[in-house]
Amino acid sequence: MLASCCLPLTAKIMEQQYINLYKQYHEQIKANAAQVINVSRDASFELFEKLGFPTSNDENYKYSDLKDALSADYGLNINRLPIPVNPYEVFSCDVPGIHSYLFFVVNDGFYPVNDVRNQQLPEGVIIGSLSEVAKSHPELVQQYYGKLSSAKKDGLIAFNGAFAQDGFFMYVPKNVQLDRPVQLVNIMRSDVDFMANSHNLVILEEGAKAQLLVCDHTVDDVHFLSNRVTEVFVAQNATYEHYKLENTHIKTTNLSTLLIDQQTSSNVLANVITLHNGVTRNNIEIDVDGEHCETLLCGMVIGDKKQQVDNFTSIIHNKPNCNSRELFKYVLDDLSKGGFTGKLYVARDAQKTAAFQTNRNILLNKTAKMRTKPQLEIYADDVKCSHGATVGQLDESAMFYMRQRGIPEKEARLLLMYAFTGDIIDNIRIDALQERIKMLVEKRLRGELSKCEGCIICQ
Amino acid sequence: MLEIKDLHANINGKEILKGLNLVVRPGEIHAIMGPNGAGKSTLASVLTGNQAFDVTHGEISFYGKDLLELSPEDRSREGIFLSFQYPVEIPGVSMVNFMRTAVNEHRKYKNLDPISATDFLRLMREKKELVEMDNKLANRSVNEGFSGGEKKRNEIFQMAMLDPRLSILDETDSGLDIDALRIVANGVNKLKTADNASIVITHYQRLLDYIVPDFVHVLYDGRIVKSGGKELALELEERGYDWIKQEVDGK
Repeated sequence: MLASCCLPLTAKIMEQQYINLYKQYHEQIKANAAQVINVSRDASFELFEKLGFPTSNDENYKYSDLKDALSADYGLNINRLPIPVNPYEVFSCDVPGIHSYLFFVVNDGFYPVNDVRNQQLPEGVIIGSLSEVAKSHPELVQQYYGKLSSAKKDGLIAFNGAFAQDGFFMYVPKNVQLDRPVQLVNIMRSDVDFMANSHNLVILEEGAKAQLLVCDHTVDDVHFLSNRVTEVFVAQNATYEHYKLENTHIKTTNLSTLLIDQQTSSNVLANVITLHNGVTRNNIEIDVDGEHCETLLCGMVIGDKKQQVDNFTSIIHNKPNCNSRELFKYVLDDLSKGGFTGKLYVARDAQKTAAFQTNRNILLNKTAKMRTKPQLEIYADDVKCSHGATVGQLDESAMFYMRQRGIPEKEARLLLMYAFTGDIIDNIRIDALQERIKMLVEKRLRGELSKCEGCIICQ
Repeated sequence: MLEIKDLHANINGKEILKGLNLVVRPGEIHAIMGPNGAGKSTLASVLTGNQAFDVTHGEISFYGKDLLELSPEDRSREGIFLSFQYPVEIPGVSMVNFMRTAVNEHRKYKNLDPISATDFLRLMREKKELVEMDNKLANRSVNEGFSGGEKKRNEIFQMAMLDPRLSILDETDSGLDIDALRIVANGVNKLKTADNASIVITHYQRLLDYIVPDFVHVLYDGRIVKSGGKELALELEERGYDWIKQEVDGK
């Protein structure tokens, strides 16, 4: 029996097709993946068979309408056939002055490194294909792979566990601090409708420091579905910054799960920016499992046309004396739909927690929709927690004030929208990236990126 | 420069201006006084094109152009400036960016190239001195966290930057202590030329000690019911508005 009784027929048929596919081809899937990541594969599949794809009847997916996206017939690449594209040639990343270590995942596979800039990584740092590292350093991957994801009762994560064969891997050893940001560009490239499941693993040992910029892009004008899971382990005193920038197209369904575990005195910043997309679901869950941690989770969405973005966020305070701050902002126009859930859990022993959550939204048009839900569960009694959510329009009195000074209506709107997103952009601690995002946001708000069908950050 | 004929205006269906006439020529300062609710601020709003108000009848021409046909931004570029009674805070928009955009829009209207960065900074510095504005304020967001006095100074600073042909000062004196009032009034006086004009809307005579008007008008119940020289303001200060109300209502 399928649990997903409420999917429409086509999505249900597709779901059954994937189940049959796994049953028929699981040997091939495993044969083309490393042993240590096959260990939990069958269990993930069984969980998926039980849960099915999430529907809007699931509490955590209330604001995600994935019916249509899951009804398409996507191709999968379980035999790991190489995709004829060299991203290092096709994409010359031009964020001026970012000097990143640059890596690509094309569809669901890590693209072999052949960029000289990446040869200067500090000693001991491993960045590469999850599948390859799982063979060369099985003990390292085994220790972390699935440790955060396999506990989740989530159909998409379970599906990923069943089908993912590769992904991005990063390991930063004790007290090593990366001097330059690491950039991972996810590219979707296919001539037919295509689905990619990739699993990323990021490990920062004690006192390590790293910045990761993940860019999601699409190249071809076909339907894409990506279902990516990223697990991040931030050990004691480590500092990790995770930037995710989505700039895809209207035919893309981007399902992304980011799971972060924080240990004592660690510092995490996650900034998730959706500039252009089709249907996006960001699932961001941060578990604070040590004392004296700092967590800053923020993000923004600019939506128009029929774009849909649902950010489901969760911060779990399990230990005392930690601070977390969360800030999400949406600017929605046309028929776009936004969703935000801010789950905040403070365990009984997590005394002296300070956790603040804000979600502010501007609807430029009556046809745009925003649904927002703070979800606070606080079991400790000595905490400072707050939450606030607003949905509104641009400030008319500010508009008139600017127009009285000669600024045209369109420009005044733009200045106000740009100002609205300012504090999200301020939380980008890579200067070159901050400058670039400023420019992209301005272009996007001016409507100049609306026809973007490819990579604008790298082209 | 400005000619208002038989102006009627509503807000939410309620008539506030009921046949107002006024002529302003270059070089003149007109004070508009009157009791609360007479329509003083409405006049400022209608002149600048605030869409909350409907003009139901009458004409306004500004240098021969039909002002009512123009958008708020075009009225500004034609040289009409309003010093707001309640300047609006705009978080996230820096004063510098705001001012540069405004100045360049005015230049574009006159078919001039955008101002160069150095010229712009020089202009800012020069005009800031005029109202003794703190340097720090220029680096902040528009009016955000400014005190009442700082906001009013900022209005006059913007006026100086945009060099209007007609400035309307709406209760610029409200909320100012005597020192701030002197600074603001000084700024306005220094900007005075034979080619520009001002409409000073005020409740009290106090501001008119510093900005000396050529004409004083009393606005009551949506009309200008009495006009005179600067001595009229003194008389109003002494006798209040009741005698005027009686004169008008008694008719």
